[in-house]
Amino acid sequence: MKNPSVLGTILLAGLFAGLLAPALAAQDSGVTLIENATILTVTKGTIENGSILIRNGKIAQVGKNIKAPEGATVIDAKGMYVTAGIIDCHSHIAVEGNVNEGSVAVSSMVGVGDVINPDDIDIYRDLAGGVTTANVLHGSANPIGGLNQVIKLRWGKDAEELKFEGAPPGIKFALGENPKRNNFNPPPGIPRRYPESRMGVMDVIRQAFVDAREYKKSWDEYNKRVAAGDKAAIPPRRDLKLEPLVEVLEGKRYVHSHCYRADEILQLMRLAEEFGFRIRTLQHVLEGYRVADEIAAHGAGGSTFSDWWAYKMEAYEAIPYNAAMMTRRGVIVSVNSDSAEEARHLNQEAAKTMKYGGMTEDEALRMVTINPAIQLGIDKRVGSIEPGKDADLVIYNHHPLSVYAVAQKVFIDGHIYFDREKDLAMREAQAAERKALLEKAKKAAEAEKKAGEKPGADRKPDSEKKPDGAAPPQGKDEKPKEPPKPPQQVAVAGFLD
Amino acid sequence: MNNTHESPRKVCCPAVLKGLAGLTLVLSLLVPARALAQAMSKSQQPEKTYAIRGAKITTLAGPVIEKGNIVMRGGRIVAIGADAAIPADAEVLDAAGLEAYPGFFDAVDQIGLQEVGAVAATVDSHELGQFNPQLNALTAVHPASEHIPVTRAAGITEVVSAPSPGGFGGGGGGVILGQATVINLAGWTVEEMMVRRSVAMVVNWPDFNTRSFDFSTFSVKERSFTEAKKEYDKKVQELTDFFEEARHYQQAVEKGSAQNYIRDLKLEAMIPVLKGELPLLVLADRAREIRGAVEFCDKQKVRMIVGSGADSMKVADLLKAKNIPVILGPTLRLSNDEDDPYDKFFTLPGDLQKKGIRFALASFDVEFVRRLSQQAGNAVAYGLSHEDGLKAISLYPAQILGLDKDLGTLETGKIANIILTNGDPLELRTEVKNLYINGRPTSTDNKHKQLFEKYSKRP
Repeated sequence: MKNPSVLGTILLAGLFAGLLAPALAAQDSGVTLIENATILTVTKGTIENGSILIRNGKIAQVGKNIKAPEGATVIDAKGMYVTAGIIDCHSHIAVEGNVNEGSVAVSSMVGVGDVINPDDIDIYRDLAGGVTTANVLHGSANPIGGLNQVIKLRWGKDAEELKFEGAPPGIKFALGENPKRNNFNPPPGIPRRYPESRMGVMDVIRQAFVDAREYKKSWDEYNKRVAAGDKAAIPPRRDLKLEPLVEVLEGKRYVHSHCYRADEILQLMRLAEEFGFRIRTLQHVLEGYRVADEIAAHGAGGSTFSDWWAYKMEAYEAIPYNAAMMTRRGVIVSVNSDSAEEARHLNQEAAKTMKYGGMTEDEALRMVTINPAIQLGIDKRVGSIEPGKDADLVIYNHHPLSVYAVAQKVFIDGHIYFDREKDLAMREAQAAERKALLEKAKKAAEAEKKAGEKPGADRKPDSEKKPDGAAPPQGKDEKPKEPPKPPQQVAVAGFLD
Repeated sequence: MNNTHESPRKVCCPAVLKGLAGLTLVLSLLVPARALAQAMSKSQQPEKTYAIRGAKITTLAGPVIEKGNIVMRGGRIVAIGADAAIPADAEVLDAAGLEAYPGFFDAVDQIGLQEVGAVAATVDSHELGQFNPQLNALTAVHPASEHIPVTRAAGITEVVSAPSPGGFGGGGGGVILGQATVINLAGWTVEEMMVRRSVAMVVNWPDFNTRSFDFSTFSVKERSFTEAKKEYDKKVQELTDFFEEARHYQQAVEKGSAQNYIRDLKLEAMIPVLKGELPLLVLADRAREIRGAVEFCDKQKVRMIVGSGADSMKVADLLKAKNIPVILGPTLRLSNDEDDPYDKFFTLPGDLQKKGIRFALASFDVEFVRRLSQQAGNAVAYGLSHEDGLKAISLYPAQILGLDKDLGTLETGKIANIILTNGDPLELRTEVKNLYINGRPTSTDNKHKQLFEKYSKRP
């Protein structure tokens, strides 16, 4: 290998990324009892001094005085709080590369399920914040965007194993400034793209469904002929763009639509009704409070931010009372992140609905557990602590709606995927390992220098930089999630995603 | 009301006002900012006495007063304590069941300089050009910004409004961004809001990074280490040259007579920095950038505050040795280095505290300034003491900026910026029930509450 720094960084990346998960998941015995905890079941009230029995990845029993079966791992959670794993209904973690296929106005032929990156460190970071399930969405550059992928944050597993088995499929739509692309100047040489108005956005969506209807008709006719025994029937040409839209028409695929203003929200719901389908979730839906009755009547869920506003024009009348106001009018509401950072404290974001709009503790907690589960059609599996459900649990040291709550252990399918104690314990070993690797690479570089190699002589290998020089992450993570300056990454995320 | 007395006054009013306005202009040019601030606050001193009765008072200057009174006059606290006497003419708030704290102080943001981030017409936080020390944020603060009432309703009573490095929507690339100002979040005009016109010179320290984010194309650019270093060294040299130029100018001003030099607003604005009166607030995140800035300020013999400071723990010994404080950038952020501990920014305030480095928390934002107490709460969750959590957003910024005689705690003589809450102000569910800013009861009403009420009433 010519450049020792390459070897060094590969070693570093490989070791650090791979280190945590297997070690954390190693001690599974299949049966675990969490005892002496305050259990916030979400749907069945609070159990003081309660226990949860986990068997084969599922919650087997919840209540008081559960005896540990033989061979069970017992976790004493005295003074701790246990609640259902946090579900983030709007995420862009674990996506390799750009979250937007923005070159076309309708990109329903692409899906994030094809580009799940299980090594994205944000999976671990969000997991450490208690998130166990995330709705990974395509970006908002197009009126009709790509297909989504619901994942469980099974850090250390491969891309396929992250996918939430059986979660209903969905698709991203987007309204307003992002698909209009008013806040962007296309790079030089790239022409502007239709649409650039809210009228155009509605037109693009309507035309797509007109096309999808025609397409569906041609398949229906073909299937009818085949069923009638017509052997000469020729199948229509498959259209990968329209296929998912036909699934939407048939109610087999959820629409998750990015939206801000009340008027566009109403227009989209009416358009969907015109074609006989329903919007499953309105994402962001920052002016949902203005048309909450209409949203409730349509049957859409609202997945919103806690307190984001004013980062762009369509967010200028966003208010933190939105979640509570929609709830009061009968909408199923979740609080989401749209940001790998925000996801880490979604429990805190949910807590704000108590201050802004007077939600109860239960109502607030529902916003990041059972409500997003309902919205994603996975509430039979996750979202509350009930026998039979997946053992996706978080142990906190304080009430999860307190700012002081720190996730201590996070379970997915009954396995511990995050353990704060172990994370802390591993840091020293990692630091030592990092140091040793840097030393090794440095020596190799010096040896190379002595050998008097001309090419690349003035190009210092990364390993020669000061260790605290924060060598850039290698290879992956090309999407500009966190531009170095300004530090307000959330605002940027709001524009892109 | 006597009309015969009123009419002659009305006639002479415009002339008087005109004269006053002219005088103010002259004053603002000649009188040092601090004296002007005092003159201003004197001129707007409310006649009235206000008092808070029976609150649980956390002064942050001594033990908690379980049940006490606070008396304010002329914008200042005149009495505080369990037995503080409330004058008969005072307008009294019965605060039984409420808790009083110093109002929170956001040590860096762009309140008043930006309304809607994506709408360039509403953004006045950054300029074109490399060196703009002559700019002052106060000259662009919009007193009617909707952000002001929204922010103070979250318990933030004063902020440092600072020029920003730009970024999204253009600008950016500047090095000396201008002067940061301290304002109370209440007042009809910026003159009424102003606490100190100029509190720091903001320097956007040159990036030393092989990867940078290009806002014009919304993509990450990569370059070699050598290239990055060359670019960095060049920028630092240019900054050094500018300082030298300013020093020559300073000497000319101090030694020469006025006729011998042409007035230069940029260089003139640097004199308080060179004299050590005005600190540099150096925005830097990476260890090598912070080290570079410390070395620079050492050579230039100017005072320095680190702004943002993501990697300040990596240069902790240096900061400690030089007694350089840190105004920590938003702690609700992720590290750019995936090898960093997942909780790096949550533990950072506690880590700095343990190391004995002076620090404060700040939002570096506009719409998220109201998350300041959430930042402090998270710092407490990860190791900072609760009292230090409160001080990190009140006393510590005041100390770092040299304003602790006026702000940061509830003590006699200080500006009466007080919040009354129904619980721990770092907790997410706690509400700010009452506010006093500059010694006056100040409304917690704001655009968000109004929309909430309006649309809650929809039949």
